[in-house]
Amino acid sequence: MKLNGAQILVQSLKNEGVDHIFGYPGGAVLHIYDALGAQDDIKHILVRHEQGATHAADGYARASGKPGVVLVTSGPGITNAVTGIATAHMDSIPMVVISGQVPSPLIGNDAFQEVDAVGITRSCVKHNFLIKDINQISLTIKKAFHIASTGRPGPVLIDIPKDITIAQIQEPNYIDTVDMRSYQPVVDAEPKQIIKAVELILSAKQPVIYAGGGCVIGNADQELREFTRQLGFPITQTLMGLGAYPAKGELFIGMLGMHGTYEANMTMHDSDCVIAVGARFDDRITANISKFCPTAKIIHIDIDPSSIGKNVAVNVPLVGEVKSVLKDLIQALKGKKTTDISAWWAQINEWRGVDSLAYQTKEGVIKPQTVIETLYEVTKGEAIVTSDVGQHQMWAAQYYHFNEPRRWINSGGLGTMGFGLPAAMGAKLAKPDRDVACVTGEGSIQMMLQELSTMLQYNTPVKIINLNNGYLGMVRQWQEFFYEKRYAMSYMEALPDFVKLAESYGHIGVKVEREEDLKPALIEAFKQKDRTVFLDIITDPNENVFPMIPSGAGHNEMLLAGRDEMASTNDEGLDQV
Amino acid sequence: MRHIISVLLENEAGALSRVSGLFSARGFNIESLTVAATNDETLSRMTIVSVGDDGIIEQIVKQLNKLIDVVKVTDLTSMEHIERELLLVKIDVNPDTQADIDRQIDKFSGKIIDVSEDTYLVEVVGQSKKINEFLGSLDALKILEVSRTGVTGVCQKREG
Repeated sequence: MKLNGAQILVQSLKNEGVDHIFGYPGGAVLHIYDALGAQDDIKHILVRHEQGATHAADGYARASGKPGVVLVTSGPGITNAVTGIATAHMDSIPMVVISGQVPSPLIGNDAFQEVDAVGITRSCVKHNFLIKDINQISLTIKKAFHIASTGRPGPVLIDIPKDITIAQIQEPNYIDTVDMRSYQPVVDAEPKQIIKAVELILSAKQPVIYAGGGCVIGNADQELREFTRQLGFPITQTLMGLGAYPAKGELFIGMLGMHGTYEANMTMHDSDCVIAVGARFDDRITANISKFCPTAKIIHIDIDPSSIGKNVAVNVPLVGEVKSVLKDLIQALKGKKTTDISAWWAQINEWRGVDSLAYQTKEGVIKPQTVIETLYEVTKGEAIVTSDVGQHQMWAAQYYHFNEPRRWINSGGLGTMGFGLPAAMGAKLAKPDRDVACVTGEGSIQMMLQELSTMLQYNTPVKIINLNNGYLGMVRQWQEFFYEKRYAMSYMEALPDFVKLAESYGHIGVKVEREEDLKPALIEAFKQKDRTVFLDIITDPNENVFPMIPSGAGHNEMLLAGRDEMASTNDEGLDQV
Repeated sequence: MRHIISVLLENEAGALSRVSGLFSARGFNIESLTVAATNDETLSRMTIVSVGDDGIIEQIVKQLNKLIDVVKVTDLTSMEHIERELLLVKIDVNPDTQADIDRQIDKFSGKIIDVSEDTYLVEVVGQSKKINEFLGSLDALKILEVSRTGVTGVCQKREG
């Protein structure tokens, strides 16, 4: 049977087990849409903006572990998608993006809706392809899914000119697997490095496990739990790692980094052995790199060899899949005795006593931290929580105690405002039986509001927790601390009536202005199983995220709420962002 | 330190821009870059000269390896190797300077490959250092145009 390129493309996607595509049609992809429209296996979600498509596919991927799939047209279709592709790339999220391209003979002629999609996306994808031959469609799709979902995952773009989707050939034999000589991701770490790591672990007096997003992406949560339990070492997690080890676990000392807990950062600073598990020593984690872990030997488990030694020197590199490396370590440590670290735990418990996440409540004002704590209580900690970017993101990370992986979905690396709402939609499609909350702010939510319309069309009921303080809060906080309270352009003087806005999109809108209304409103919202509810919660405009490592400082130089409320720092480090 | 990095990669459209894009995006320095197909028409060989401390060179090698099209990366500087570069230089020649120029060409085993009434076109092959020295020896004279290929190299062992 003869098929056109579009039909082969759609069949190839079915062969990969794709069940959802997030997309937006346009001239260059009309043949593909025609082929999609003629089948029922793949459900297409028509977003309202291509950036929304990529974030929704990203949320779908993070919630399900399967690659998210996006289909956009040429020109503005793909340029709109770039922010979402870069977001997925920074957080190593598997994604396949198919973009239409102008017909092959027109490429390079500044044709209508032509951009160099491969060129524009090159630095924010794991790999990309321009299909030049209809016979390459099925193989390219196979390669794209293979690359996106193995090794260190990431987005892969396939640019396909319109004429290739129109041309016809005899239906190809689809292959099941692909082997690429130039792409052979490592699985197991070198045995001699495992031996070295074990020696270091056994002799450690002040050890700490520092676990990152790799434990979530690499589905290594069970191994991480077993490894931590086996050693009895304190464990801290990055923003991206939350949930891999349960927040309620006794050995958990909180998130580390710029807004991590006092005990996590002090533990890192004084440690003599840091075991980094699927984490990449990002600048929000290390703070001032010259003051980072001054006395520690470092063991680094990472699937990506280029992560090793990129930011900090490493004593024992363990390159491989986190899951497999942890299994090897667990095996090698069996029956071995670690050093007594009770003195270390006593010190850590003293730091815990500082209670760095305590905050002052105030009569007549809703504290944002209270909102997140109440959200945790009402959902029993079992919801999937997506977030946008800013103060609310940090409060969600600090006060919603994630006990399972793939429950916390946020743009950690790129810090993309607008991510939360479409990501929540994608997560709900991946996990329809689970409550999904989008914690956002009045700044971020306005960047992707239009997806409220998509959410009505496809009935993806999400609870939007809008922490509305009128300010771009994180910007305002930095201006308060580091710019002598010159609040340049961080206040939004005109905001929409979010209740009416939600209603006009066909959802439920509720404004919450008094603390006593907060819990009943949340309970009522989550009772509405089939409706999206927009809770516009008016919160304290002056609240800051604490604790905080100011830029340029080290882990042992944190600002604490109350104690350092008005602390101003010197200029040193301001250039470090 | 100066390193010569040899990269074997899939002979695909856009492979060159992936490599050059990587260097600019990560702020690595390229002193020269040459690329051409190999005896296997599906593979290209790229030779990059870069300068950096050990940490930077290690990152360059790792980041190159991370590119999906790259099959193999070798830091030739870390092993016995041969490097060569080709220079084409056009020089102003007149009766006062001709003898001096001829002497320098001879000293550097250069070849005069084209002659006009008042110019020489000279070819010199060798290590970059030799080519720099040859150009240096012409300093006092009038160089009209310089074109260099950049370095290419191979390791001397059978298996590189």
